[in-house]
Amino acid sequence: MSMSLKRLVARFAGPAVLIGSVLIAVLIGAIMLLALGANPWTGYKALLSGAFGDAGSLADSALKAMPLLLVGTGISIAFRAGVINIGGEGQIIAGALLSTMTALAFPDLPRFILIPLVLVAGAIGGGIWGGIAGALKAYAGVNEILSTIMLNIIAVQIMNLLLRGPLIDPGEIERGSRIPQTERLTENADFPILPGGTRLHLGVIVAIAAAVVGYILLFRTTQGLRLRAVGHNPHASRYAGMPVKRNVVSALVYSGAFSGMAGVALVFGSLGHRLATDGGATTFTGAAGFNGIVAALFGGLHPLWTIPASFLFGGLLVGANAMQRAVQVPAALILALNGLIVVFVVSSIWIRERLATWASEMRVTDEPPDSASLAPVGDLTPEAPG
Amino acid sequence: MNDLNKGDVMLEMKGITKRFPGVLANYKVDFDVRSGEVHSLLGENGAGKSTLMKVLYGLNKADEGTLEFLGEAVSISSPSDAIEHGIGMIHQHFMLVPTLTVAENVALGLPPVRRFAQDLDPVKDRIRELSEAYRLHMDPDAYIWQLAVGERQRVEIMKAIYRDVSLLVLDEPTAVLTPAEVDDLFVTLRQMTDNGRGLVFISHKLHEVMNLSDRITVLRSGRVSGHTVPAETSREMLAEMMVGREVLLSPNRTEVEVAEERLVIQDLNVLSDRGHSAVTDFNLSVRSGEVLGVAGVSGNGQRELAEAITGLRPVVSGKVTIGGTDTTSLSPKEVRNVGVSYVPEERMRDGAIGDFTVAENLILLNHDAEPISRRGLLQFNEIDRACSDLVSRFTVKTPSLDTPTSSLSGGNIQKLIIARELSSKPKVLIASQPTRGVDIGAAEYIHEVLMTQRADGVAILLISEDLDEIMGLSDRIAVMYEGELMGVTDRAEATVEALGLLMAGVAEEKV
Amino acid sequence: MSEFFTISVLVATAATGIRLATPFLLAALGETLGQRSGVLNLGVEGVMLLGAFGAYWTTLETDSSTTGILVGIGIGLVMGVIYGIVTIGFKAEQGISGIGIFIFGLGFSDLLFQSQVGTPIPIDRLTELDVPLLSDIKYVGEMFFQQHLLVYVAFLLVPAIWYLINRTTFGLNVRAVGETPEAADSLGVSVERTRFAAIVIANALAGLAGASLALELGIFQQNLTNGHGFIAIALVYFGAWRPSRVMAGALFFGMVSATVLKWKTLGIVSGSAASIVAMSPAVLTIVVLVFVSRRIGAPSALTRPFDRGG
Repeated sequence: MSMSLKRLVARFAGPAVLIGSVLIAVLIGAIMLLALGANPWTGYKALLSGAFGDAGSLADSALKAMPLLLVGTGISIAFRAGVINIGGEGQIIAGALLSTMTALAFPDLPRFILIPLVLVAGAIGGGIWGGIAGALKAYAGVNEILSTIMLNIIAVQIMNLLLRGPLIDPGEIERGSRIPQTERLTENADFPILPGGTRLHLGVIVAIAAAVVGYILLFRTTQGLRLRAVGHNPHASRYAGMPVKRNVVSALVYSGAFSGMAGVALVFGSLGHRLATDGGATTFTGAAGFNGIVAALFGGLHPLWTIPASFLFGGLLVGANAMQRAVQVPAALILALNGLIVVFVVSSIWIRERLATWASEMRVTDEPPDSASLAPVGDLTPEAPG
Repeated sequence: MNDLNKGDVMLEMKGITKRFPGVLANYKVDFDVRSGEVHSLLGENGAGKSTLMKVLYGLNKADEGTLEFLGEAVSISSPSDAIEHGIGMIHQHFMLVPTLTVAENVALGLPPVRRFAQDLDPVKDRIRELSEAYRLHMDPDAYIWQLAVGERQRVEIMKAIYRDVSLLVLDEPTAVLTPAEVDDLFVTLRQMTDNGRGLVFISHKLHEVMNLSDRITVLRSGRVSGHTVPAETSREMLAEMMVGREVLLSPNRTEVEVAEERLVIQDLNVLSDRGHSAVTDFNLSVRSGEVLGVAGVSGNGQRELAEAITGLRPVVSGKVTIGGTDTTSLSPKEVRNVGVSYVPEERMRDGAIGDFTVAENLILLNHDAEPISRRGLLQFNEIDRACSDLVSRFTVKTPSLDTPTSSLSGGNIQKLIIARELSSKPKVLIASQPTRGVDIGAAEYIHEVLMTQRADGVAILLISEDLDEIMGLSDRIAVMYEGELMGVTDRAEATVEALGLLMAGVAEEKV
Repeated sequence: MSEFFTISVLVATAATGIRLATPFLLAALGETLGQRSGVLNLGVEGVMLLGAFGAYWTTLETDSSTTGILVGIGIGLVMGVIYGIVTIGFKAEQGISGIGIFIFGLGFSDLLFQSQVGTPIPIDRLTELDVPLLSDIKYVGEMFFQQHLLVYVAFLLVPAIWYLINRTTFGLNVRAVGETPEAADSLGVSVERTRFAAIVIANALAGLAGASLALELGIFQQNLTNGHGFIAIALVYFGAWRPSRVMAGALFFGMVSATVLKWKTLGIVSGSAASIVAMSPAVLTIVVLVFVSRRIGAPSALTRPFDRGG
């Protein structure tokens, strides 16, 4: 793991810094709104009420948060294992494709079997897609940042290829419209709507459960200890007898599996209950593969803290549409601000370290060490840095 | 260079105080250097030697104190300031760019000869001249990665001479040199002082300090604990000044009955990272209750040897047998299961995970075994119990088990690693540079632990560059040079001179 | 297939390949310089998008592609300063902050496009400039010397960047801080300033690459670059951090794309092969990385922030 990634994990940004990052982003957003001729106050008010104003919008935010949380949990695992997984997009698509094919192949299975089955299929699909990058890194030395980005591009095109060919809705061919999408998938695989009169469905529960599982995996299991050990120091891990390469692969498989489940939730929890593409890179995923990174970073690469972080960013994405309607500023503004927040959060670590240093320098006493304390050996004072 | 007479004060540091968070690295330190002398700065790790010199070189900023150089008050806030004033520094780790040539390394940071383009020809010519004058034998077009360690050291010297420094600081310059190379270095250094330069020599090797110095200043816990000159002191007295109490330079040994062969190495061949032969046709055996010391300058295949034994590096040919089991092609984990423990030389790189807590580091080896783990889940009560026990048994000083390991001192991290490695009750212990960079107190303790293990019948392979350590602990001493075994001597028959020759690659029959 | 193997079609394809290689080459040359100084800029894609939009919009408003190009470079410079502050000043993790820059560029270019332009209005593409005399040479002229301005700029930058890295004082500093920053620092070379300069130049070239893409296509749309920036980064890896090999890689990609395009128009491959075409650079990148990544040659200090301590 690079030094700076290590620092990121070691001292994850505290709440003050996170709030500060959002505030700066909000301020910059306000300037952008002004520049685009919109009233920031009106815009942000619309955004907030659109995101968190009533039960319906809260539910929409939670639904938008669902894939972010699943991807974010996977990202936390990968980053903590020292692997920078940028491949959430591709892993979502791989999970969506495999689970869709499963539903197409077994449309008549009862719901209580089929839903777990498509979830497993999605996890396997995403896991394989992540695992490819893992194997490439472990056994061929291919930088995972590059390979996961390339695998994103490849996954989109495989999806386009399959949805224009073998998986296309036969009705589309009959009608001659050839929209690249599957038929409406079997109702047996529909994610059931939760009681309460909102659109909330099973996917939200799955996402929260997955975050808890991710937390237990990372911090409570031997496998998690190995993943984190390899992430912090592959050399020492190898010397302690851990299979470093296998752990790199595992990290990306786990990470991909969580993203793959996000793909399942996006397909089987969607309104159309089908997988569709417009050929573009982020239409189906809603850029969740990237926004999940933002949520995970914001959650300090801790799956449980990623739950509220995802909800916040899900809300922003939902609110952005409300803002677009209210002040006619494109919702892409939020994506731009998300990018800035990533930059702020990673930059803030250094600022935090500086603040900590200043604070401790303030505390240093001018008392010289007395002669009695000159001699102790093996004392606790850390070696001076530098 | 300067127009001082030999013996005039060229550098005067007064009342230097430097604080780091939680540490007072230097407190009111006075230090001066005269023209034409070698002034040694002696002290344990963390005593503040490096900090003081980094203040001088502009790498650290002093909180208090003044600096006078060549009679003028100066303020040095960056290496460029230092270089401008004619102060040079040779760092403990070489400051060379391996992918650049000698000439490029020397030219780095110099104002270009022409405005924009780099013309290295005049630089090369000057290097050749100086190389002649100081007998440094240097090819300006050679790449650094092609050079041996001793040659790299000479490039560092060249960088200083080329910049015509008046004052040169050498931070542990002999750590990686053979005794013969050390002698050559000292000749060059003497030539430099004869030309009126002042040198600061930082070391913890007491005999070198006694040999080379005109004056000696000892630091302890950030303060000056004494000034002396070689004629008026001894190694024992210097050690006492460093530690603040009397020190046993060699540990107590008891007679131990040696038993069966525990570790047998036959015709071993191993490659280095670069794919060259690192260990060649190596044969050795270590018995139960015996310490076999492997002496040699670092980089002569010791690391590769240890890694091959522990399964961390593939064996090209030959055989390693441990307790009767052929372990040649086993994985690191399987080798450990046969009963091998390893204390690696690079503590923070290979031995411990800095960002992990003390407890997490202590369970690295057995984290997946009962009772630490059950059905894949970590058992935190068991972990607490086992780790508290280890920490108190091996006197690891830590505020808590949840303290990040990197915040412990070097000596305590080493104790933690040793505690972990010995917790599995090994049959064979491989200890590489077990006391390098740790304070003398922790070193004494570690030596004691090794002697206890020996008494318990563990076969110990001790790899060290420190001849005092090797001769103090070992029952037999093997010398490694360029991957080959130069010879094995019994403790009683070993002399520093003979070992030194072997370490330089001179086989006995040629002597 | 036979209609492809006629000299005029092959020559036209090669000319297209060179043109398609240009944005890759510009971005990858900049990235080469940046990485040699030890800074990985994963934000290339985002900077390209911003540069592309800037160039497109300026050209649309002013009818001057030259102004558009300059705006593209200017946007790159600004992003370079920001990225420099983040990665060198704040020592932020380079991989992640680069992704942040990418997301910002993706969102911000789209925001500006939607709010300022709305629908893709075509602009004049860059016109071909014939090099006197040389462009008249049969076939060779058509391939190499009837290209637009930025093609010439990109290929002239190959020796220029090589010279900058290998034959100048600045280049020596760049190589040193990318390899062993501590050594450079100990000799008074400012690691920060050297890296900052390198990364600003790198981003300026990324902005220019975006401009070249937009002006080449004569259009802008959301996510116009569609992975160009990421592939440019990959090109640096398999060009082993050497400008000439980076150029070879860019040309290779350009040629593959041009060939497939040509096959599509000639009906040699079906329309559904579009997906395969679109993924082929990514697949090739991975395949090539498998073969080259074992080779030593990466700057040792790549992605490692420099901290003197104390």
